[in-house]
Parts: sequence; structure tokens; C-alpha cells
Amino acid sequence: MTYLSKTFILCAGLVLAACTNADRFGDSNTVDLNSSGGAGAMAGTAQDPASPVYFQQTIGDRVLFQVDQSNLTSEAQETLDGQAQWLLTNTDYKAVIEGHADEQGTREYNLALGARRANSVQEYLVSKGVAGNRLKVVSYGKERPIELCSNEACYAKNRRAVTVIAAIPSS
Amino acid sequence: MMRVLLSLVLACLVWAMPAFAQNGPLRIEITEGVIEPLPFAAPDFVSDNAAGAEMGRKIAEVVAADLAGTGLFREIQPDAFISRVTSFSSPVQYADWKAINAQALITGAVTVDSGGKLVVRFRLFDVFAGQELGDGLQLVGTQDGWRRIAHKVADQVYSRITGEAPYFDSRVVFVAESGPKDQRSKRLAIMDYDGANVSYLTDSASIVLAPRFSPDGKRVLYTSYESGFPRIYVMNVGSVQQRVLESQDGQMSFAPRFGPDGQAVVYSVSRGGNTDLYRMDIDSGASTRLTNAPSIETAPSFSPDGDQIVFESDRSGTPQLYIMPASGGEAQRISFGQGRYGTPVWSPRGDLIAFTKQSKGRFHIGVMRTDGSEERLLTASFLDEGPTWSPNGRVIMFTRETQGAQGSASLYSVDITGRNLRQVPTKTGASDPSWSPLQE
Repeated sequence: MTYLSKTFILCAGLVLAACTNADRFGDSNTVDLNSSGGAGAMAGTAQDPASPVYFQQTIGDRVLFQVDQSNLTSEAQETLDGQAQWLLTNTDYKAVIEGHADEQGTREYNLALGARRANSVQEYLVSKGVAGNRLKVVSYGKERPIELCSNEACYAKNRRAVTVIAAIPSS
Repeated sequence: MMRVLLSLVLACLVWAMPAFAQNGPLRIEITEGVIEPLPFAAPDFVSDNAAGAEMGRKIAEVVAADLAGTGLFREIQPDAFISRVTSFSSPVQYADWKAINAQALITGAVTVDSGGKLVVRFRLFDVFAGQELGDGLQLVGTQDGWRRIAHKVADQVYSRITGEAPYFDSRVVFVAESGPKDQRSKRLAIMDYDGANVSYLTDSASIVLAPRFSPDGKRVLYTSYESGFPRIYVMNVGSVQQRVLESQDGQMSFAPRFGPDGQAVVYSVSRGGNTDLYRMDIDSGASTRLTNAPSIETAPSFSPDGDQIVFESDRSGTPQLYIMPASGGEAQRISFGQGRYGTPVWSPRGDLIAFTKQSKGRFHIGVMRTDGSEERLLTASFLDEGPTWSPNGRVIMFTRETQGAQGSASLYSVDITGRNLRQVPTKTGASDPSWSPLQE
């Protein structure tokens, strides 16, 4: 089951990498569950603890931040403890941590703020034993909101860092 | 098309630089508090054949639009004209133009020479003084480049009457936007300052941000996610050839700007969550670090003499503006008002700094003197940001984004007096404008 679903992910990854994101690990095995609405349903199940879907949906692939802040709330730390545990167990995956900001603020400042947020997550995961070379960070600033309204209800969800899982090539 | 435009040749019958202090009354002092727009007439430029007449009509239209667009001039509609201009050389019937209160009269003639080149001549008259203002001028260019010629005519008129350097014959590089907010696609695009002649420099495969012209207008710095991470690229506008400037693994780079020599580039690098300013020699690629602080340092902009850099930092706890020597070193804070300040841009005249300000849930474009004094907010909206200066330092263009799920970005311009706020027409959403220098 695990093997089969992973094969499926790799194939989906090839397609996705070709048409959406540039591959940030220098290979074509990236599975960006977050940028593709449909892939999540295919990439294993939330019941399989070794699947990226379990990571994304059951553990939680994102943590939220206060306005202008990059420090981790206790809730965020709990989520990241789960992420660290999963990454330590499933050593054939890497992750790109995407830092995001809400739309209040200039483009440049938000890029820098997103970098701070992604780095907070990376540092926390490393402190929990995840090898630094399995993690990369990228900031999207305010370029990729997930919620579209212009009030705090949406802003709160957009101030986030998302851990995007990618399979390590087997070669 | 850009190539052929460059072949535009200026041939002066008698060239006199503008800004001469004409003794006549036809003069707009832009420094005055309230300006009554100066009424002018720009009849269709005459021609001896039908094709030329059509061109003459279009050129007069663009000249009039340029002038009226400043808010300093008001066009008198052709149906009010008493006199018809049928020949470029026949004497002007001043009384007829005076009767409709046309203080300035612009006449012109269009021909196509044996080589297929467009030849445009024009004259500017001070109607109430009953005399020509400055000398007649002849401009030669490609037929495709007729809009550039029209802008050059308008630049002459603007300069002769205001005494200011002109800005109509200029371009804007920007980010063309389409699609919903959460999946917005962005492409680099370039157009004339008035929104005409749009062409695209990149496809929409990668997010691109904040293009910035080189001082000669031939290259553009920008940030792209082509590699999956934000990195700075430089593109030759003519050939659309690009190369990455800064690609060190494990770091992100963004917010680049050229120095006035076109050689130095200042930009931000994020590494380990911390963002600092760096400076690079664009040809050698050698870079030096300018700031070293745990705070965010970004959005740097050189002074026009290249000696100083204004930038944004949150070292005080909120984003504020600072100035430091161009080689790094101690920085002086210059913004002290209520709110958050960002994206400072030094004016081409050197006397002002334009910025984005966020205060009480609103965004503003403002200007202040380089010591932080005399702050004036020029605009207010849900989200205004990213000012860029017209080549003469009179007008600021910026991004305005509307709120909500259907929110979209467009370009606006405003006079540094705060008057004459206008949307710049673009077919798609548009953001992050950078105004070129005046074209040669």
C-alpha cells in the first residue's frame, strides 16, 4: 500500500512539477500537495500514517502567526512536534517550508517576514532532530494567500508557514 | 518594434533648449498652490495626403492627451475652433484663437519622405502675446514610432511652458496580473508611460516581482521564482535575454535597484530568516554586505549622486526609513510619523523621497524631504504601494489594489502636489511600475 501510493505520488509529482512549480530540490520528485487541490486525494489516505496526506491533514502541514510575528505559539509548536516526528519516521521525504504573510504590508517587507516565519519552523524542526539538509525554506510574502477576504478572519489564515513534503529520489 | 523606435532621429531646424525664461506671459509656474489649467488648442497636424492627414489627426490627439493628462493644461475641443489650420506656414490668425481663449496654439505638419520616414514639424504659439514661443522643430522617425514623435512634441510644449524637464517620451516596466488572488499569474510587461504599446517580457510560468529600470533604460532588474526560490535577474529589454544575478543555494534575494552609474546594484538577501542589504557590481558579480543586523533591512534605493542609500528597516520595532552611506555604515532614521513606512525611492532631483505609509488601516503614497521633514501624504486607499518617479520628478506612479476576494491591482499616477490622481489604463491587472528615464 505504502509503496504503491508512493509510486503514484512520484508520477503525480512529475506531472505537477512540469506544469506548476519549479522543482526546488533539483529533481523532479516534488509533490506539492498545497498548490494542487486534486493531488491530495490521490496521494495516499489520511489513515495511513506514512502517507503525505496523513502529514498534511492529520498532523497538520501549517502553523499560523500573529501580526508581524515569527515566533511560534504553543499550538504551533505542538503541530511542529508532530511534523518532526513524522519526518524522523519517514526518512525518504524532504520538505520545503513556505513562509507567507497577509496582504497588510509592502511586498518587500512581507517577503522578508515570510522568510522569518519559514526559518522559525525550520529551526524548530532541526531542534527536534530533523536533519537540516532535508529542509529548505522559501518565502512567498503576500503573493499566495489561501483566503481571499480582506479582514482579520482571512489574514489570520494567510499568516502561515506550510511544510510541503517531497519524496527523496531513490537513486 | 523597440529597435525601430530607437532609430528616431531629432533634426532641429534651430534647436533651443527649453526652460528658457520666456518674457511672454505663457508660463505655468508649477510651484504655485492652485493651478488653473492653461487652455490650449491642438488642431490636427496638416498633411498633403490622406494617409498623412490620418497620422496628423492621431499625433495631435496624443499631444493633447499628454498635455491635458498633466492637469496643468486644458484642451479646447476642435468644434470650438473659428480658424482652420490648413497650411503649416501660413500666418496664425491670433484673434480667432484669442476669441476662444486658447492661450497656447500648437500647429504641425506631417509628411512621409522618400525613404518612408515620418517627418513631423511643429510650432508653438503664445496666442495672447501674438508670437511664436521657441523655434519650430522637425522630428523624423519611423511610421510605427508615431506615438514617440507625438510624445516628443508634447515634451517640447510642456518644457517651453512650464520650464520643467519633460517626461512624456518614457516607458514603464511593470507586472501584468491576471487570475484570482490565490493563483494570480504575473508577467513582466513594458509599455509607454500612457499605457500604449504594451509588450510582454516574460510568460506567466513563474511569479515575477518589482522590475526596476537601469539608468539608461536598457536593462531591467527583477525578482523571479523561476528556480522555485525568489532570485534576482537582469534582463536586456531589447533582446529579452536574461540571466540570474544572485543564486546562492539556501538564500533568497529580492528588492534590487540599480545605482545611478548602472553598475552598482543594491538588494536584499534573506538567509537563516534574516534579511540584510547587499551591494553588487553587476558585471563582476562581486558583492559586499552593507548591513548586518537581526532586523529586516529591505527596499533600498540610491540617491541620484550615488553617495547614499535610503532603505526600510524594522530595527526600531516597526518598519521605518533610514539613510546610510552607499558603502554601508551608520544609518540615520528619517521617518518619525505615526505608522509604518516602506519602499522609499529617492527622487531623480535628489530633494525628495517617495514612500509607502501604512497608518490606521489605510495605505498612502507620500513624499518627504531627505531629512524626513515636510512629510506630505499624496494618496489614501485600502492598499497603495511601491512609488516610482517620472523622469522629471514631478509625477509618481504606484500600485493600487482593491480589497476583498475580487480585489485587483492597477496603476495610478499622482502629481507630487497631490493633485491629478489618475488611473493608468492597462488591459490587465497591473502592479509594481518602474518609470524609465526620458528616452534618447
